[in-house]
Amino acid sequence: MTDVDNKLIAALLEPFESAQVSERAYASSDSTYFAISIPVEDWVAFAEAAKTRGFDTFSDLFAIDHFTDAPRFEVVLNLVAMIANERIVVSTTVPYDDPTVPTLTGIFAGANFYEREAFDLMGIEFPGHPDLTRILMPDEWEGHPLRKDYDIGAVPVQFKAGSADL
Amino acid sequence: MSDPTRSSPTENNVTDESMEQAAEEQAEQTVAESRRTHHAIWVSGTEERMPFAESTDEGAQELLPRDEDPALAMQRGVVVDDDYVVPEHVDDAERQIINMGPQHPSTHGVLRLHMELEGEMVRRVKPIIGYLHTGMEKTAETLNYAQGSTNVTRMDYVSPFANELAYSLAVEQLLGVEVPPRASAIRVLMTELNRVASHLLSSATMGMDVGALSMMIYGWREREVCLDFFEKVTGLRMNHNYIRPGGVAADLPDGWTDDVITLIEMVNGGVDEYEELLNENPIWLDRTLGVGVLTPEEVKQFGVTGPVARASGVDWDLRKQTPYCGIELYEFDVPLGKHGDAFDRYKMRIDEIRQSLRIASQITETIPAGDYRSVDPKVTPPPRARIDESMEALIHHFKLFTEGINVPPGAAFQAVEGPRGELGCHIVSKGGARPWRMRWRAPSFAAVQALPSMMTDSMVADVIATLASTDPVLGDVDR
Repeated sequence: MTDVDNKLIAALLEPFESAQVSERAYASSDSTYFAISIPVEDWVAFAEAAKTRGFDTFSDLFAIDHFTDAPRFEVVLNLVAMIANERIVVSTTVPYDDPTVPTLTGIFAGANFYEREAFDLMGIEFPGHPDLTRILMPDEWEGHPLRKDYDIGAVPVQFKAGSADL
Repeated sequence: MSDPTRSSPTENNVTDESMEQAAEEQAEQTVAESRRTHHAIWVSGTEERMPFAESTDEGAQELLPRDEDPALAMQRGVVVDDDYVVPEHVDDAERQIINMGPQHPSTHGVLRLHMELEGEMVRRVKPIIGYLHTGMEKTAETLNYAQGSTNVTRMDYVSPFANELAYSLAVEQLLGVEVPPRASAIRVLMTELNRVASHLLSSATMGMDVGALSMMIYGWREREVCLDFFEKVTGLRMNHNYIRPGGVAADLPDGWTDDVITLIEMVNGGVDEYEELLNENPIWLDRTLGVGVLTPEEVKQFGVTGPVARASGVDWDLRKQTPYCGIELYEFDVPLGKHGDAFDRYKMRIDEIRQSLRIASQITETIPAGDYRSVDPKVTPPPRARIDESMEALIHHFKLFTEGINVPPGAAFQAVEGPRGELGCHIVSKGGARPWRMRWRAPSFAAVQALPSMMTDSMVADVIATLASTDPVLGDVDR
């Protein structure tokens, strides 16, 4: 664990010895936020600890595909402590052959749609989620479009001058 | 069928079972067939029947029976501490499922609400989104950083400047580029006027949905003044691509202070008129007071931000909490509501228009002189005159416009206070001219997610008022 000046973050990270933390500054601003990475085993425990420490506002949850790197997927959680005016961006990594992250819906009701989105677009499984269905893509869609090995595709355009028959 | 004498007893058993199954299936098919015949539609002028739709169920999005649907239970406030009245006895004969949208005008775009009604009461709501999903996060991965702002400005099409600002700040955070004070002031001016335009649109459409048609006309009238100013500055009424990494696209036009002062006078006059029209209007009050209440606890759980959160009394405005672009230099207040109902949300927007105009007015007096974009060669091409003199300048210009801006590896999160709340941009770069992953934390997405907890156990008519006062933009929800 890296040492941080911030007492709240230091107290939050104390039980999680394998957590890595770095402070980042916003652009055009004096404010900072903390980027924390934790192993996936600590995911739920960390979210619970963060909530009790005052990071009770759910802001964001999404996944990143680091294609060809291992572990391939990174799941990022963004929490806000309104009273302390702090923000943490927590991330964990999961491998391609087992892209499962335990659900946070029991801790933050707002994680519901965000986990559905991560499932829909990146194919991350959230065991324990009450309604893990597609949210942005149609229900019968195959594949997970935000993965790097999912082709961006193209619609064939028929140009008048380009057709051999003309 | 195989001869039973030639098979072993177990196989015989299996055959019997499969035969029974086949018979059952046949019986089911006949029922289905008869229903098809019953509902068959003939192709006009022929004996041929139209193919019958496979099914009319909702697939994975179907509303499950009440006790089997924990997701909705969660959103209705079972998990979130709340005081919803959940009826013990529900009369099944009285219940019906109604779809509102995706083509309903008052759904503000293509939002679909899957509602379970019991008479006039809404018992359950499931928002179904994705009808405007255009894959902007995927598209962003194929565009370079200079092209990126043309993409993100189309996301929340009512507040394009906020999108551009969040994107530009995130890129600048990765690059470590400093923006000159004049560029920052222009950015603040444009985003604040954009907030005015967006809130005017929101108030106008809310008036339209609730039945105050004059409000619609008035709101649009004042918004037009804002859009005219945007057109004068950027050349476009929407999708401006004006705020770019490194600064803004061009300096403000001559005589802009007069335009802004006229705009402030007109909009302030208009806002007074709205308040006179609506604040004590009994019909307006009946339609909005105590309607669609969102508690502070729900605000935090669902990550709702912006005027909707502040109407519930949650004091969270990123312009005050993590000030960006020197917005801390200007004096303004953050209006706060108490009740979290539709009326308070309307009132927040009206008050925020006044505060944004206050900021704009201060900018007209205090805007610093200087460059409108960074002189950092990482993002800004050399001046035109240098290209004629210097080979290096020509190469630099060429590289910047063919390759794009080269951004070092890293990850950056940047949030700005858009008109709808916290608009966050998370960029992951692996080096090169294109982002590896661009994630948008959209305020409307969170607001749509909180809709069931606002709407359940209210009247059908209140659904419209709640939705209008929440002001989701579906381009922002679906991205």
